[in-house]
Amino acid sequence: MTATMIADTSVDLDAEGFLTDPQQWNEQLAEAIARENGIPELTERHWLVVKFMRERFLTTGTAPSIRSLGKESGVPIKELYQLFPKGPAKLAAKIGGIPKPRGCI
Amino acid sequence: MTRKRIVILGGGTGGTMTANRLRRRFDRDEAEIHVVDRDDTHVYQPGLLFVPFGLAQVGEIVRPRRRQLRDGVVFHENEVESVALDKDEVLLDDGTALPYDVLVVATGVRLQPEETEGMTGAGWNERVFTFYSPEGADRLQGALERFAGGRLVVNLVDMPIKCPVAPLEFAFLADWYLRERDIRDKVELVYSTPLDGAFTKPIASERLAGLLAEKEVELVTEFNAGEVDGVGGKLSSYDGRELDFDLLVTIPLHGGAAYVERSPGLGDAFGFVPTNKSTLQTSVKPNVFALGDATDLPTSKAGSVTHFEGEVLAENIARYLAGQELDGGYDGHANCFIESGFHKALLIDFNYDTEPLPGHFPTAVGLPLLRESRLNHLGKLMFQWVYWHALLPGREIPGIGPAMPTAGKKPVPAHAS
Repeated sequence: MTATMIADTSVDLDAEGFLTDPQQWNEQLAEAIARENGIPELTERHWLVVKFMRERFLTTGTAPSIRSLGKESGVPIKELYQLFPKGPAKLAAKIGGIPKPRGCI
Repeated sequence: MTRKRIVILGGGTGGTMTANRLRRRFDRDEAEIHVVDRDDTHVYQPGLLFVPFGLAQVGEIVRPRRRQLRDGVVFHENEVESVALDKDEVLLDDGTALPYDVLVVATGVRLQPEETEGMTGAGWNERVFTFYSPEGADRLQGALERFAGGRLVVNLVDMPIKCPVAPLEFAFLADWYLRERDIRDKVELVYSTPLDGAFTKPIASERLAGLLAEKEVELVTEFNAGEVDGVGGKLSSYDGRELDFDLLVTIPLHGGAAYVERSPGLGDAFGFVPTNKSTLQTSVKPNVFALGDATDLPTSKAGSVTHFEGEVLAENIARYLAGQELDGGYDGHANCFIESGFHKALLIDFNYDTEPLPGHFPTAVGLPLLRESRLNHLGKLMFQWVYWHALLPGREIPGIGPAMPTAGKKPVPAHAS
């Protein structure tokens, strides 16, 4: 775990760049993390997913899998991959300031 | 106490053993026990793996559900229409209402191949197969027999699935089968998974990836299958990668039983029932319990899990009816043989907190863990007898309790996970 400055905020990140304390998150931070990960601008659709992800984690303690995102976030899986190329669940979690989804057993 | 009614939905592994355990535990004037299932065919599911290779026939691994239930258990051969949690009542497809004092959800999972684009279209059961159903396993047997060479792709679409090691076992056995037939050099074997390794738990994942490599099976990771073209022989991932196949063996998406979705408040978005991971009481209502594949618990969907849960579940139903505090004794214990071909198998044993480790089971003298051996293969074969004669009747297996044993396990130095 290392303290890093992003968007003028000092945050604690794990080895893969996920926030270890979701309380350190804010929207400017999200935009900065998005830019670092190849998403120049967060659109309304991005925010829909990021906020769904974050809220689900904060209420249940687990980040949703890609399959639940596709079923429950209101954004179909195909579009999720367009919004967050490569790994939508991982990337949206990173931007949303929550730990990496474990998702599997 | 006045006579209570316990209704168990599902006459598979979990439902049958629970009915039998509870029947032994309660006198008939203490409790009525009802089991509901839509058919009278109990499949020994671990046997499905062997069917495609001609090592078992479907007829040898099925028995009537009714015959596995003790006298004094009422069996209803009905589809469940829905559960009315507010009325403590199950509605059956023939219009019968079955009120309960305690409900046990044990209806396992439902395969959902139709949820993946193109999967059940042209080519389904011709070039695209699953061995997760008796019919599919049987059809795949014919296809493998006719298979003369080409690309054989194994794909699991997404977790959770029943028996997470079964797709790996299929790949290992396919390698063995093709070598026996002397056509292994004409076949490219590919194992594709949405996980970032061969398996979910790091140490086992590493060893199993090693075994795939030894058997010359190509491992493709983080592959989230989005579309199947059964005519063109193409499996595409959401991020735009493609795998060509001549034969696709898929493990389709899994969800809970359909009635769960028709019953307001009973399940989550996938039809799994939110369940307390140590007591097996659901968070849906205090008089509703669940076990086996039907739950949302963070453990493997496997018969061994159901078996270990079963002991805690029966105890907790008795405690609940007696107004006592529940026992939080289930630790997530799972135990699986992994058939690896050439008359060998591995064994893994783990729980919520401890991943599969090397060593021996159940104590320092016992079956080798996380390592190929003939003894484990014999254990796997013998297990079918144990299943029908000890597991389903709800008997304890001597020396193997619900809690995961630690005596024979060797800790492994810290590693990156």
